Amino acid sequence: MPKGPRGKIEKPQDRRKVMLRLGQYLLQQKGLLMICLILTFASNFLVLLGPMLSGRAIDAIGTEAGKVNFELVFWNCGLMLVFYIASSAMTYLLSVLMIRFSQKIVYQMRRDVFEKLVELPVGYFDQHQAGDIVSRISYDIDTVNTSLSNDLLQIATSVITVVGSLAMMIAISPVLVLVFAFTVPLSIVLTKVMTTRLRPLFSKRSSKLGELNGFVEEIIGGQKTVKAYHQEKTMIDRFDQKNLEAVDAYYDADYYGSMTGPSVSFINNLSLALISMFGSLLFLADALTLGTLSSFVLYSRKFSGPINEVANIISELQSSMAAAERVFRLIDEAPELQDAPEAKDLESCQGQVDVEHVSFGYLPGKTIIHDLNLHADPGSLVAIVGPTGAGKTTLINLLMRFYDPDAGAVKLDGYDLRALKRRSVRAQYAMVLQDTWLFQGTVFENLAYGKKDATLEEVMNAAKAAHIHQTIMRFPNGYDTLLTENGLNISQGQKQLLTIARAMLLDAKMLILDEATSNVDTRTEIEIQKAMRKLMEGKTCFVIAHRLSTIQNADTILVVQDGEIVEQGNHQSLLDQGGLYATLYRSQFQ
Amino acid sequence: MKQIVGYIRPYFGRMTLGLLIKFCGAIMDLLLPWILSYMIDEIVPLKEKKLIFLWGGIMLGCAVISLVTNIVANQMASWVARNTTERVRHDLFSRIMMLSSKQIDEFTLPSLELRLTSDTYNVHRMISMMQRMGIRAPILLLGGIIITLTLEPVLSLVLILTLPFIAILVYSVSRKGIPMYTALQKGTDHMVRIVRENIAGIRVIKALSKTDYEKERFHQGNEEVVRLEKRAGITMALTNPMMNLFLNCGLTGVILVGAWRVNAGLSQPGKIIAFLSYFTIILNAMLSITRMFVMLSKGSASADRISEVLMTPEDLLLEERPRKEESAHLVFDHVSFSYQKKEYNLEDIHFSLEHGETLGIIGATGSGKSTIVSLLMRLYDVDQGEIRIDGRPVQSIPPEELHTMFGVVFQNDFLVAETIHENIDFGRELSLDQIERAAAAAQAGEFIDSLDDGLEHLVTARGTNISGGQKQRLLVARALADHPKILILDDSSSALDYRTDARLRKQLKEKYSDLTSVIIAQRVSSIMQANKILVLEEGRMIGLGTHEELLKSCEVYRQISESQMGGNAHA
Repeated sequence: MPKGPRGKIEKPQDRRKVMLRLGQYLLQQKGLLMICLILTFASNFLVLLGPMLSGRAIDAIGTEAGKVNFELVFWNCGLMLVFYIASSAMTYLLSVLMIRFSQKIVYQMRRDVFEKLVELPVGYFDQHQAGDIVSRISYDIDTVNTSLSNDLLQIATSVITVVGSLAMMIAISPVLVLVFAFTVPLSIVLTKVMTTRLRPLFSKRSSKLGELNGFVEEIIGGQKTVKAYHQEKTMIDRFDQKNLEAVDAYYDADYYGSMTGPSVSFINNLSLALISMFGSLLFLADALTLGTLSSFVLYSRKFSGPINEVANIISELQSSMAAAERVFRLIDEAPELQDAPEAKDLESCQGQVDVEHVSFGYLPGKTIIHDLNLHADPGSLVAIVGPTGAGKTTLINLLMRFYDPDAGAVKLDGYDLRALKRRSVRAQYAMVLQDTWLFQGTVFENLAYGKKDATLEEVMNAAKAAHIHQTIMRFPNGYDTLLTENGLNISQGQKQLLTIARAMLLDAKMLILDEATSNVDTRTEIEIQKAMRKLMEGKTCFVIAHRLSTIQNADTILVVQDGEIVEQGNHQSLLDQGGLYATLYRSQFQ
Repeated sequence: MKQIVGYIRPYFGRMTLGLLIKFCGAIMDLLLPWILSYMIDEIVPLKEKKLIFLWGGIMLGCAVISLVTNIVANQMASWVARNTTERVRHDLFSRIMMLSSKQIDEFTLPSLELRLTSDTYNVHRMISMMQRMGIRAPILLLGGIIITLTLEPVLSLVLILTLPFIAILVYSVSRKGIPMYTALQKGTDHMVRIVRENIAGIRVIKALSKTDYEKERFHQGNEEVVRLEKRAGITMALTNPMMNLFLNCGLTGVILVGAWRVNAGLSQPGKIIAFLSYFTIILNAMLSITRMFVMLSKGSASADRISEVLMTPEDLLLEERPRKEESAHLVFDHVSFSYQKKEYNLEDIHFSLEHGETLGIIGATGSGKSTIVSLLMRLYDVDQGEIRIDGRPVQSIPPEELHTMFGVVFQNDFLVAETIHENIDFGRELSLDQIERAAAAAQAGEFIDSLDDGLEHLVTARGTNISGGQKQRLLVARALADHPKILILDDSSSALDYRTDARLRKQLKEKYSDLTSVIIAQRVSSIMQANKILVLEEGRMIGLGTHEELLKSCEVYRQISESQMGGNAHA
């Protein structure tokens, strides 16, 4: 996956805060961090000694044949070898430690994100795309990781190298260092000019490519429609337009970007030329030996390298700051409220539900449930009807205490839900939703998910009650068959029956049922209805209804429109009222 | 890869020129250390300041030439890459638009998207970078070695001796490392799947109070990823320190051997200094070449994936077939079809529809309702039987004629991120009057008028800023706008409330009575007034007739009808 094309470059809003928080993560591993810094310092210091030693060796060689001071050459070369080996060993050790260090932090970050994720109110998941959440926990954290393990080292190394080689060069020849008084400002100006010029070009490149990707996703996804209306040509023309913008933006960035590399080498070469010239003059004036000149040339190369790298590191750091910010924003989302300390642990219940004067809105100031009253006796049936997307799940969110009401109270067996432990409230419900949810695991694991220590026999009984036992036995490994995304071919209807069996296994007094709209094949559908009816026996049921037959038997019907409950009553009383329900009901026969 | 090279061919002239310029630049970079050694060994002993300035000036000149040539060559390379990519992308997109549905199913949509986006991006980068480094790095490497050989053959051998070690090192480490990264990728996939499962099942997980269990599950996945990443990272971390060590050892060797050579009068110290510079150049060139190989392998994999699409032969060609004289508008003549060419997805479907008639299709998910539409529009070819429109087999109707006959709304059809006007028009350049009339008939007029900017209102991608019902109304308006001969609605009123649905049906009846329509629905109420209703179960038709007839003759239909409308189906 290329780094550039997807998504826009986000600018951190408050860079300092993000840095501080990243810093806190780093400080959790204080010891490792210290060792790493010391190792960086030591290994780079040893590398810096190299040119000095090689210079001494060259001096010991001298310029005339037969006058080589071998003893000194051996001594210096020996030292060089030792230092290089030591430095390489240290660098390796450092990399290993650095990997451990960054992995520890990444582990902690992922863990923090995930643990926050599962504590978030369910509404969060309705509002945020799964892809976006996943990219934070994988791609963004990876970006932070790369930058932690590379950029930190790079910065430390650069600082030591620049300071060290400058010191060495000053020691060798303060006069010759003056060359850098000319080239360093030049490279700083160059870097500055380049980055200010390039940054908008690069972000334009990313955004244009993002637009192109968006267009492609959109049109390829709707390719059938394009074909059906014979608009292939139109779409190709539009694509060409986007494509042109994308390649032009890439070209612009490339055009100017391609100056950076040669310019950097130019400054290096310029330094080399100046040093050669003035070095030779100094050598003539006996102010410099050959060996020191050679050391100086080597140091000068080391010296200018990091300065030119700074621009790169800065842009990488910027993108990792943006990634870290996205991660932190998720960690900072408000979780569900904690249970009150004196909350009661409800072990079992009768299943009497009362909703008393409840008002609720997801956003402050946008109330969608006004003063709702509802009484459901144990074993009664409450149906919720209304057009798709009208907000039928809101009530479910309140009943299971995924949200607390803004005013009034939801009561279970007379207890205000807020006085009960969340876990114990939810344990009273069984739930079958329209989106059947199965995870990668065996059939047994999926069925027994809600009940710890369920025996195979219990699971089988539940499956039998849900009319799915026979089907399971036909799977290759029966109850031990692994359910994977693409592996086993189970139909939507069978999935629905599996989730019903899961619900059967629970000892719940209350049931929440989201009737399936997508008709499964007729025979399975009849099976599902049978299974559901069995599941509903003796339970207080809340059904999001799509079938008028369910509604007619309900003790209470709530009619929902645009998120608000607009009518309440039983079938007959609602028909008599002649409101929305009556219209809805009659219109199906028009 | 070959095909991509074909795309570059028209620019070969320019590319060669660019590479030549690049060549000059690389030579300049190679000359610099040589001049330095020449100055130290030959010029300085002459003690002529003028000459020192002269050679210093030459060095500056080389630096400037290198700067200019490299920039010019890079920019020419960018130009070639830009033009090549533009054409590759255009052709790829055009080809994808022309692929038949069967071919698209084989490639899968996400894969096609990836080929158009990431793969063309990789190719772009490859073409650009290969031109820049492809010539420079080998020249620097070879040139560096050649110059050092001419300067001082014996010392060069010491240097060259280290190269095999480096090659072996890079080879063996990456051989070990790459499978580790594959394992890491798998581990990451596993972890991401846990996250996805949690997002999808958050209600169930919370309802069953399984958050702690899920945390533990994620924790294990996370630990595994960390373990694998450490393993891979630590293996790969060996490369750099080892490579540096080899090179530095070689460097020390040069000095040692150099000492003997100078002592024997066979060499000069200036050459040793030059050697140290060439070392850096050769090292960097080696690094560039390694990086180039990575990029090349990535790029050529991408190029192959692109070629695969480009080389796909054309499908669903026009066939000569005899026309049949019949009055019916649409005929399915004992049609059978299978997607996978194993089990039939549709078997022996047989019906005919007169001009202006409506066919309702009802049946479970996966019973083959949408497949009938796909076959009718010849998105796939039938395996047996024949489909005729006005007596002409669909295989004999040119696609531009065939496809303009229909107004269609697919299941989960899509809106583009454009104005409402453009979404209804859909590139057909219809008149404003046509669009407004269609919108009104589709029951979209009211909601469009309620918007500040009316028809010019911008719809976001996938229509996320309007409701499901509004979306379906716009799609129906799109289908009606060009007044097609045949209207196809695949489950396109499910998000409409009963009332709006009824009004829409009324409008269709009054204003579009000449249309032959095929309507697929989940709700009996949406199709009960159709001239014919087709009941499908597992690809077979188990009932065909009017609502009243089916209530009597078709048990399944009666059950569906009863379960949806209670006992009042006759009302």
